[in-house]
Amino acid sequence: MRIDWTRNETLVALVILGFCALAALSDPGFLSVATLTDLLRGGIVLGIFATGALVVLISGGIDVSFTAVAAFTMYVTAMLLNAAMPWMPWWGAIALGMAIGAALGSINAVLIAVMGLPTLIVTLGTLSIFRGFMLTFVGQKQITTLPPGMREFGRMMVIRGENADGSFYSLHAAFLATVAVIVVTWAILHRTMLGRQIFAIGGSVESARRIGIDVRGVQFFVYVYVGMLAGLAGIIHASMARVANPFDLVGLELSVIAAVVLGGARLSGGHGTLTGTVLGVALIVLVRNSLVVIGIPTTWQSVTIGALILLGTGLPAWQAKRAAARAA
Amino acid sequence: MSGRMANSRPLTPALGRALAGALSRALASTEGRLAVIAVLVFLFMSALAPERFLSLQNMTSMAFQFPEFAILALAMTVTMLTGGIDLSVVGIANLSAIVAATILTTLAGPGDGVAVLALAYAAALAVGLAAGLFNGVLVASLGLPPILATLGSGLIFTGIAIATTGGSAVMGFPPAAAWIGNSTALGIPAPLILFGLLAVAVSLVLTRTAFGVKLRMYGANPLAARFAAIDIDAMLIRVYVLSGALAATAGMVVMSRANSAKADYGSSYLLLAVLIAVLGGVNPYGGYGRVIGVVLAVLTMQFLSSGLNMIGVSNFARELIWGGLLIFVMIVNTWRPGRRRS
Repeated sequence: MRIDWTRNETLVALVILGFCALAALSDPGFLSVATLTDLLRGGIVLGIFATGALVVLISGGIDVSFTAVAAFTMYVTAMLLNAAMPWMPWWGAIALGMAIGAALGSINAVLIAVMGLPTLIVTLGTLSIFRGFMLTFVGQKQITTLPPGMREFGRMMVIRGENADGSFYSLHAAFLATVAVIVVTWAILHRTMLGRQIFAIGGSVESARRIGIDVRGVQFFVYVYVGMLAGLAGIIHASMARVANPFDLVGLELSVIAAVVLGGARLSGGHGTLTGTVLGVALIVLVRNSLVVIGIPTTWQSVTIGALILLGTGLPAWQAKRAAARAA
Repeated sequence: MSGRMANSRPLTPALGRALAGALSRALASTEGRLAVIAVLVFLFMSALAPERFLSLQNMTSMAFQFPEFAILALAMTVTMLTGGIDLSVVGIANLSAIVAATILTTLAGPGDGVAVLALAYAAALAVGLAAGLFNGVLVASLGLPPILATLGSGLIFTGIAIATTGGSAVMGFPPAAAWIGNSTALGIPAPLILFGLLAVAVSLVLTRTAFGVKLRMYGANPLAARFAAIDIDAMLIRVYVLSGALAATAGMVVMSRANSAKADYGSSYLLLAVLIAVLGGVNPYGGYGRVIGVVLAVLTMQFLSSGLNMIGVSNFARELIWGGLLIFVMIVNTWRPGRRRS
């Protein structure tokens, strides 16, 4: 296999390998199952968010409201189930969350696909609306007693074990949900006509329209799909944290988009891969969890992530600019 | 005359036509519609809580509150006019405030506040200019998309602020430091005067200088601007330097009003600044926007939040209403029923 050095994926993969090598050198205990499960655990919610953000970026839009959708969904679902349907099993809670998320996503979809408003402005507005509505009319207190279904889901593990030194490690079952989301999204993007149409409208809306693509329909699907994934991520976040805190999640949106862009997706639309997205998320989680292992204090975390974003997007941008200058 | 006014039948059609004409002219432009909305919000809040909303105390407190995020919105506006955005404004504001605060707390002895204050402001402005230059180089020379360049640089600026202070607030200023945020001149709050001066200055730069014309031309059509032999890189760098300087000024107002500096002050101001600029009719894809629109948007937001505050609505409901207002204005501005958007 030939390695393409100009791709973002290669660059991010190299940075990840370099980071792990440095970490392993300074602390041999870094290369352990416990570190791996910690990192995978940290990537569960972020990975679902990033997959949704990738689909929006490929379609040529941007969505900053998904964290508010997730927070709204987890809070309202927990409240609703506690009050009216405590018998709901865990898969029922997830289904309800995805439905609420999809419903909120359809509000974005109507404003963007039907009314043709700019995506950044719409989702900036709905971010405030969803969050403001929840905190004003639903509640501001943490829900510490989750409904039984969500509690049961919170305890489900795929792997559980004990290290040689006696410490425990485990991988939450929600990791399978993230894998499923990635597989389903891959299938939609690369094995269906809808997926080709998402890439097409991201490349050029006008060309897509002229070859007969229902641009509004495709955009509508994209924003409902992202809402649905955000709803799922919200339920998973609350179940894993064993508390529904309405102030969680909002504020993550730009880091998620940064992770996706690090992986090679372009803000101008039409480009982006799931491999790159997974690598981008892995790098962000690695920096968040293990920066201190390679000797950088955690107070420098945000400087490091900022520098990575500039490096990861700057190199390809600079190469493109040089190529354009040579061609001109 | 007064008799005819009281029995105004003969005048009504002419007056009505004049009013309708003025109103339809006003409604034809984004700024006109916004002015009507601002007046309606003001009247509505006055009607809701007349004795409190219209009180001098409320007017003064509103005039102290809005300039800090209004200045950030001005910074956002100049970058949006080029089709860019500056997500690092809050990071720049806090970093320059921390630099200024550190100078104030370490150098100021008793009594000699003013000289140290001048030094602190100069240092803060220098930080703002340097941060803006950094952004400008990223966007212009390296060709990064502005949204990513300033997202990354904003994290770096905030990160440096956190790393140098350990995340805690820097406080203990000489009394003179309260001047820019808390004093009044001829009864007018100092932050309002500062904002007024900056708004006029930015407006003049945008409309009366070659730089402003180039900037708007580039925003409207980058390719045409390139063929018109505009030095785009130099122009973009100056745009981000201007934005950085405005952000540092906002940082000084925040520092003075809070009487301290901290890495995470005003984190909600970022989205608010974007919201105000867009509400003010600035096209986020570049090319169109006027300072008067931004001023009207700021006033509308402040009337809304003060008024709602008075009738006991929570801060979170404010967020809801701001978001709703943004979407409402976007629908009014861009959506024409029956016309398919290309």
